Amino acid sequence: MSDRSAAADRLSFRLTTGTLAVLALLLLAVPTLIVVIVSFTSGLSLRFPPPGLSLRWYESLANSWQLQFAARNSLQVGLLATALAVLLGVPAALAIGTGAGSRIGRALDQFFLSPLILPGLAFGLASLIFFSAIGLNVSIMTLVIGHTVVCVPYVIRNTVAALAQLDPAQIDSSLSLGASRLTTFRRVTLPSIGSGIMSGAFICFMASFDNIPVSLFLRDAATDMLPVRMWQDLEGRLDVTVAAASSALILFTVVLAGLMERFLGLSRRLQ
Amino acid sequence: MTTAATIHPLRLATPLALFFTLFFAIPLVLLLGVSLQTGEGGTLGLTQYARFFADGLGGRVLFRTLLIGLETTLGCLLLGYPLALMYRSAPGWGRSAITLVVLLPLLTSVVVRTFAWIVILGRQGLINTTLQSMGWIDTPLRLLYTEGGLIVALTQVQLPLMFLPLAGTLARIPPNLEDASAALGAGAWRTFVRVTLPLSVPGALAGCTLTFAAAVTAFITQSLVGGGQMLLMPSYIYQQAISLQNWPFAAAISMVFLAAVLAVLALIAALGRLARGAAHV
Repeated sequence: MSDRSAAADRLSFRLTTGTLAVLALLLLAVPTLIVVIVSFTSGLSLRFPPPGLSLRWYESLANSWQLQFAARNSLQVGLLATALAVLLGVPAALAIGTGAGSRIGRALDQFFLSPLILPGLAFGLASLIFFSAIGLNVSIMTLVIGHTVVCVPYVIRNTVAALAQLDPAQIDSSLSLGASRLTTFRRVTLPSIGSGIMSGAFICFMASFDNIPVSLFLRDAATDMLPVRMWQDLEGRLDVTVAAASSALILFTVVLAGLMERFLGLSRRLQ
Repeated sequence: MTTAATIHPLRLATPLALFFTLFFAIPLVLLLGVSLQTGEGGTLGLTQYARFFADGLGGRVLFRTLLIGLETTLGCLLLGYPLALMYRSAPGWGRSAITLVVLLPLLTSVVVRTFAWIVILGRQGLINTTLQSMGWIDTPLRLLYTEGGLIVALTQVQLPLMFLPLAGTLARIPPNLEDASAALGAGAWRTFVRVTLPLSVPGALAGCTLTFAAAVTAFITQSLVGGGQMLLMPSYIYQQAISLQNWPFAAAISMVFLAAVLAVLALIAALGRLARGAAHV
């Protein structure tokens, strides 16, 4: 290939991939900005650009007991499901991460991660059928159980990834120097996988807080969940209050993710 | 010598295994059982499945759902791959910026991201007002509640799921392989197709699996951007289970959906093996 055609070839490659990459970045960033802008509209509709600016929809949000009630429920379910997912998921990840070579370890790994690829709605319906079969009414507890199943994979994945970075020689030396298994776990293993567990717990919480497929089936009026409430508000009448709620959620996400990035380097762990 | 394997025995997984058996496996078995109820006495049979495929509606809904999932996956690949390439060659600050732009939507609620598309695609939305102010159109275009609109929205919502595994895999490809290809006279396109692309298959597969699985079951985006007229599998299940309280039929739809999604994912994995095999020739 001559120098000139090689240069043209390189240019066309860079131009094509570069344009698509910039398009991807715009596609990812712009919608979020639009939500924030439209939440300050003074109008009654979702017109964009807004006819004027005001805080009226934030006032409306402050008065919306339904959205606040649903947000409190989502927060409660998210925290409880995350606690349960860490309690069950971290020991399972320790077993899988260190026994990854064995067939049982691999089978368990696939079993525990399968909620990630199964259609969530099918599992939601299955849970509803299960709880009604054993005579349990839907409640915060059934929601916590369902959310734990679909969110525990995030805890496992992040903890296993952190374990893979751990040098087994450190554990060996701790044990051969006379530390018990528990002490070794507390003093050697935990400090080095702690931030992996925290990242997993954070993503687990966000996944629960945002869950729709399970909540749709395991929720009722007394246990309304925020994403379902917002969905119903949008289906019914395109309520602009949802724009204010969305902006508040974006702020909530930015602050939480910023904290996680600051203390855990979250972005490095997601790959 | 004591190894890490003996310090964390497999039995540590027992509590979660029990929890999953009780609250994940048994409900799914129960779902299968309910889908076999014929509705006449206590007999079991395939009536619900026969009903699903009988009038052609079920088959069409299933096909359309899978097709939308595949189109979304392709859209994510088309945009996510170049972004992952850009991430790979970017300097430190550029990487942080890309990570930020990818992660924030991923962590933001799906309802919020879907809501953004209602504002963009609506009759008074960003696209229509822009086109009107430029005098290109007189009456607003119908963009919301169309299949095209839905695919664009789903692509945006699922794009981070494609980007993350791809960026991870690309980062592990040694750059000197591509340098060698260039030194041997291959152009940028040829090097990409013959070296980079084959080596990135595992990441692309992981991305496709996650994107497809998420796109077909994205009930909220489907119902808000696709609209009530466009019946897809998740809304079909929801309608039968919640609005009509017909659990056996809803269970049968769920089982068909589950089997179809797993079949497509198996197909994606098989294609990947094929591609990897071809890369070695």
